[in-house]
Amino acid sequence: MAKFKKSRRGGQQAINTASLPDIVFMLLFFFMVSTTMKEVDLKVMIKPAQATELVKLERKELVTFIYVGIPNKAFQALYGTEPRIQLNDQFATVKDIQSYIAQARDNMRESDQAKMIVSIKADKECPMGVITDIKQALRKAAALKINYSANQMAE
Amino acid sequence: MAKRELQEVNAGSMADIAFLLLIFFLMTTTMDSDTGLARTLPPIVPEDEPPPPPIKERNVFAVLLNSQNQLLVEGEPMDISELKDAAKEFIENPERKDNLPEFKEIEVPLLGVVEVSKGVISLQSDRGTEYQAYLMVQNELARAYNELRQEFARQKFGKDYKDLEEDEMKAVRMVYPQKISEAEPKNVGGK
Repeated sequence: MAKFKKSRRGGQQAINTASLPDIVFMLLFFFMVSTTMKEVDLKVMIKPAQATELVKLERKELVTFIYVGIPNKAFQALYGTEPRIQLNDQFATVKDIQSYIAQARDNMRESDQAKMIVSIKADKECPMGVITDIKQALRKAAALKINYSANQMAE
Repeated sequence: MAKRELQEVNAGSMADIAFLLLIFFLMTTTMDSDTGLARTLPPIVPEDEPPPPPIKERNVFAVLLNSQNQLLVEGEPMDISELKDAAKEFIENPERKDNLPEFKEIEVPLLGVVEVSKGVISLQSDRGTEYQAYLMVQNELARAYNELRQEFARQKFGKDYKDLEEDEMKAVRMVYPQKISEAEPKNVGGK
């Protein structure tokens, strides 16, 4: 008890904040490492579908994305409310997929081209018709490895 | 010009700078790692090539999904919750029934000659089927295969499938190859 009283006598002491930058830097590094920047601005609304038997897309550089969904509110006047395809930053039709895939493949390293994966990110209410068209286009473009994007289902 | 003492840089604002960066990364970060169901599409068949030989009726597990997201499995309506077990029974054919798939013997490294089912799952959807429903079917079929592989790995190697070595995994995959054929689309049951 005597010890407590002794320490209190000095009044309120300032906490040493010298290690604060270290802590903040630690957090910063964590976020820098775990972050993935948004590659594109989505112009379509996508509510991700859900599934349980998921595999992770390990190597980002192998993956090419195709987005399918209803256009955002801002684009609905122009593009309507039917599900549309978005490639890179713009709306596209099924016919554009082949050249898009060819271009994406050209940008890859030669050793990786055979491992190319196309990830279809579609809204969960999107009808299969659009996706089937995409699949047929991908078959024609010889991009046969695909990935139906989905999130982990809550049990 | 007296020699000045080396002054220490004031590091007090370091925390502010770090916070600024931290907040920037917090805002721009998207934590979701990309996950999904991996599938391989069949290569396109050139038009002048003869069509592949037909597969025997008993070796095909036909799954149809109509625009109302209803399932028709082997001609019978089915609920999605029963699909996994039905698919498992089809692939395994535990009682070697005549109406379920045949087996062929193949040489698998590490395991020797193993009987492998000739069964193929054929999945056909309508243009109006919802993506989520389609994925659920894909998911259930994948689950059937994963459970079979898991059981087989437990039985043969005494380990979980995901803990197997690379070559063991390959062997298990040879015994239970994931044969899901995504047939060309058709309009099933109208729009």
